[in-house]
Amino acid sequence: MSTTSVMGGVVKRREDPALIRGTGLYVDDVKLPGMLHVGFVRSPYAHARIDSVDTSAAASMEGVVAVYTADDVRHLGPLLAQVPIGKLRPLLADGDVKHSGQAVAMVVATSPGRARDAVDAVDVDYEPLPAIVDLKEAAADGARVHDELDSNIIHTWTYHDYWDALDLEDPRPKIEEAKQRDDVVVVSQEMINQRLIPVAIEPRSVVAQWNDGYQRFTVQSSSQVPHALSGAISKTFGLAANAVRVIAPEVGGGFGAKLNVYADEMLVCFAAQQTGRPVKFTETRRESANSTIQGRGWVGTATLIGTSDGEILGYELHALADMGAYTQNFTVAIPLLGLWVASGQYTFPTSWVVDCVTTHTMTTDAYRGAGRPEAIYYLERIIDMYAREIGMDPIEVREKNYWQSDQFPAVMGCGFALDSGDYHGSTAKLKEVAGYDALRAMQESARAEGRHIGIGMSSYVEVCGFGPAVLEDIGFSWTSYGLPSSFNGSGLVRVNPDGTATVIIGTGPSGQGHETTWAQIVSDGLGLPVEQIVVRHGDTAESPMGIGTFGSRSIAVDGAATYEATARVRARAAKIAAHLLEAAAEDLVFEDGGAHVAGSPDSSVTWTEIAKVAYQAHKGPEGMESGLEESVTFTPPNATWPFGSHLAVVEVDDTTGDVKLLDYFAADDCGNVINPMIVAGQVHGGIAQGVGQALFEDAVYDADGNLLTGSLVDYIIPTAGDLPSFHTARTVTPTDVNPLGVKGIGEAGTIASAQTIVNAVVDALAPLGVKHIDMPLRPKRVWQAIQDAKGA
Amino acid sequence: MYPREFEYMAAASIDEAVSALAANPGAKVMSGGMSLIPLMKLRLLSPEMVIDIGRIPGLDGITDEGDHIAIGALARHADVGSSALVAEHGRALAQAASWTGDVQVRNRGTLAGALAHADLAADTPAAALALGAIMVAQGPGGTREIAAADFFVDTLTSALSPDEVLVEVRLPKRGGQSAYDKLGRRGGHTDYAVAGAAAWVQMDGGEVADCAIALTGVGTKPQLAEGAMEALRGSGSDGAAAAADRALEGVTVLEDLYGSEEYKAHLAKVYVRRAVEQAMAG
Amino acid sequence: MKVSMTVNGRSVSADVEPRTLLVHLLREELMLTGTHVGCETSYCGACTVHVDGKATKSCTMLAVQAEGAEVVTIEGLAQNGELHPVQEGFWERHGLQCGFCTPGMIMAGAALLADNGNPSEDEIRHGIEGNLCRCTGYHNIVRSLEYAAAKMRGETPPPAEWEEASA
Repeated sequence: MSTTSVMGGVVKRREDPALIRGTGLYVDDVKLPGMLHVGFVRSPYAHARIDSVDTSAAASMEGVVAVYTADDVRHLGPLLAQVPIGKLRPLLADGDVKHSGQAVAMVVATSPGRARDAVDAVDVDYEPLPAIVDLKEAAADGARVHDELDSNIIHTWTYHDYWDALDLEDPRPKIEEAKQRDDVVVVSQEMINQRLIPVAIEPRSVVAQWNDGYQRFTVQSSSQVPHALSGAISKTFGLAANAVRVIAPEVGGGFGAKLNVYADEMLVCFAAQQTGRPVKFTETRRESANSTIQGRGWVGTATLIGTSDGEILGYELHALADMGAYTQNFTVAIPLLGLWVASGQYTFPTSWVVDCVTTHTMTTDAYRGAGRPEAIYYLERIIDMYAREIGMDPIEVREKNYWQSDQFPAVMGCGFALDSGDYHGSTAKLKEVAGYDALRAMQESARAEGRHIGIGMSSYVEVCGFGPAVLEDIGFSWTSYGLPSSFNGSGLVRVNPDGTATVIIGTGPSGQGHETTWAQIVSDGLGLPVEQIVVRHGDTAESPMGIGTFGSRSIAVDGAATYEATARVRARAAKIAAHLLEAAAEDLVFEDGGAHVAGSPDSSVTWTEIAKVAYQAHKGPEGMESGLEESVTFTPPNATWPFGSHLAVVEVDDTTGDVKLLDYFAADDCGNVINPMIVAGQVHGGIAQGVGQALFEDAVYDADGNLLTGSLVDYIIPTAGDLPSFHTARTVTPTDVNPLGVKGIGEAGTIASAQTIVNAVVDALAPLGVKHIDMPLRPKRVWQAIQDAKGA
Repeated sequence: MYPREFEYMAAASIDEAVSALAANPGAKVMSGGMSLIPLMKLRLLSPEMVIDIGRIPGLDGITDEGDHIAIGALARHADVGSSALVAEHGRALAQAASWTGDVQVRNRGTLAGALAHADLAADTPAAALALGAIMVAQGPGGTREIAAADFFVDTLTSALSPDEVLVEVRLPKRGGQSAYDKLGRRGGHTDYAVAGAAAWVQMDGGEVADCAIALTGVGTKPQLAEGAMEALRGSGSDGAAAAADRALEGVTVLEDLYGSEEYKAHLAKVYVRRAVEQAMAG
Repeated sequence: MKVSMTVNGRSVSADVEPRTLLVHLLREELMLTGTHVGCETSYCGACTVHVDGKATKSCTMLAVQAEGAEVVTIEGLAQNGELHPVQEGFWERHGLQCGFCTPGMIMAGAALLADNGNPSEDEIRHGIEGNLCRCTGYHNIVRSLEYAAAKMRGETPPPAEWEEASA
């Protein structure tokens, strides 16, 4: 395998040697002298008035240093949110609780075991009140989760009203007109896109230190957004931005759960400040389920209008999206991400209304895909139902309604332009790798034997690479956290005096392989082997401003910034090399660890020689500045719009309802690719999470608001035994919104896969009359759907 | 994640464990700890004392005792699942043990511990019932034998007295053929049983001379399906369907996250039929 | 209580509360933080170590139960600086992303291959069911273990998928 960098080549990961030896440092591995440990008293009720909190018994226990309640932290205000629509979360419950698992008191003790013991000794007097859990009930007139809000519907995203300012055409009259035609088929279905728990395998953990002399915090947190966390802490505690240093070391998976800023992060800082000692909190898996954000949680009705020969004339969605009790970071904005991709790869007019509804449950927010899997789910399920209704091959229907490749950039009804695409080419690739015609033939013969084989397909468009400055104008900004409003990316490239390079980036990985991919970008730009490059990240004290790793954005934004910074360093180095070689800078080629004159490999200097001069200006060309370092901040002109299609083959045991995933094919297009190995890995993981939603995962609250799936015993995520190997393929349609031509791949697999599986299962059972089954497709649901179809 | 404080005692012999148990009514006996430790970490169970029988030598054997196979208190699921003796004289139990938990759980968890825990969705109790296993319990007054049919009393409740330790599981060598099949919570055979059935049949000239069928995951406890057994006895090799029809006699079906009452009742019939057919097929 | 055992070939002893789990002894007392904790119900497998040669979830074992045992953690798997074939396989075949489940997954994989030197894909998949990974979809973990199994048999590992693709 190649270990020197070629852009687009496989380079073994540079982070792996530490991680496979067990020497990677995650936050819970951090041990500091005198460190204290936090335990939280959490509400067993979804809705209750708190009559009293008696901490005296706990406070007197051995090893307990402090116990805090709302009275101690009220002055810090609620937890900041980026889009502060709805009710913000008090750091500790203040007078009432609005979801089970809400933190009521914080115990600080000398060991985690003692903290846990003291949690049991805090006596809270609750007066239980009725909980509102069901979304439709919550959205009904008169229901109230928060008395101070006018309605449980705290916001409504609409496809068109929202864009009046952009003077776009309202397509609703067209859709209405289509409905009135007498030659059309109208297909409509209510569907649930259930609540999920992100389940990063590393539970969240935070360690805070307060230096009373310097009046500064140092905080280590398993965060996808160290800069945002730093900003939130400085705003909450009234400190300057440079008084808070946040370090995200190894982060054991994020998937959006660690893109939030959490009350416990503020509270641990508070405890460190009060006690003068380092303080750690590591959530248990149960806490990770009931008090780290959840995702999805929609119920909606999709309607498709089309002709009997497959021309789709319009699409409508009206959905309720569960926000949970309190608004955190992005909460209310998540459906907006779905709105931007609501029409998928298709040209037809779209109308979209999503009501954001508050309930007595844990907050929802970004979970891998964030709004986009929900949007694509409804769209691609209803297209499948329509294809079946008109008796047309589901892939053919899709192909008939895609944007043509000469129509890009294609302006969608939402106002954004799809930057580039080749939807027919991507689908053709999928059919080729899957052997679509042969699969259909196999299905037919299996059916003749009484077997229930299904083939399902879904296309998708993703929006990522956040993002363009326009985001701020439409309510997406980080100003609540005291950060610059736009979604900049940044990269700093420094050639050290010994000729090695250090790259410092504004975003950090939670498994995406930044240390390798960024080394490849810089290696390619400087002609320096990847082994000579170290990529640093996740420390706000040293890294340039970066918003964070989420929304498949790092490579398209921070990667692009790093690419530009590399080019600037190279330009400066070229002047030095030209001076040393007595050649023209524009004649130089950078490769093999140095620069040489094009066509004359013997006329060369190494990076070590260049660097030596770079740090001694008097030896360089006239007017040269010392040092060899460039930092670039990049704001893209548009988001990027990756796309693709996936296909699944399933077999259903119609006696038990058991679904077996037999085979899975993916054709994705994320533009140019820097490391195909890493890209394929991202797709694999994304598919597994979508399959998890389709078949297993379900965050179930009972009618009283108790979370019934708070452990991994009952919240089932896929194991190796539940999945087949995946077949991945790619097409390459570069974007021009960044100089790398890259689009992002972190969420594609998840956005594509859930409905691919559901489409396949429904395809398997279509001969029995089954039209739709809500996820997860546990055997009980599949069996019930078969019974209902038989009865119908 | 952090259990409440407790006292720990590593018993050197069963006698010592039994005396300690008698002296400490708040104590729990631990063998592999696969059921007990998670409950303690979640603080759903907080015994004052844990009596660890896990290091008593000589209790992990699976031996041929002439008319029965003796499975020691410390024989692990992995041992039971891979034992040639168990495979020969009680295939249903070998299958059930192999489909219990995951590799790590099977490496430490014991058959006796799982039976004593009496989880209503565990695999091995159904096999023990169908195979007519005998539980050997030791208490302050000595040992006694408890038939599997009398052992599973209720959800997480066995017939063991609070002062008794399950020291051996005996698998009678009564010939015939057996099988266990289930639908796991993840589908297939993986994870706890949504519903499962074990069947043992003894054929005599194309007729079922004797049989036993047990269910797990369906009702309040693992239990014999008496109606199905009655239907199968004396029937021919096509008796599985008739047995399945009477699978639920005497069974109170419980709904859970994995199935409605109606679905579980359906699955009970499906798996009785499948287990009987597989047992007959040998 | 005093407890003594061998960890990664070294004799260690410690004074622990009975409620101290083996994983806490390893992480908090012996500073072997490569063994991780991902759940509290014995489902995720991030804490997997070898106890007397068998893959064991160290979060579901009291430290005192390990009295006299031979414990090997991820830190003790490489010998004389040489990666274990399973570690090598994970690096060669991109068997990890965030790395949090990786030590437990590698320990489970190493135990699996010690028992079965030539496992089928199905045997590998069911053999690591006690270890959850949320990043990789397991695809490349299976490839990593296939690589390691071949190496341990003295055979040339199958080519990587990206090598096949470019061939």
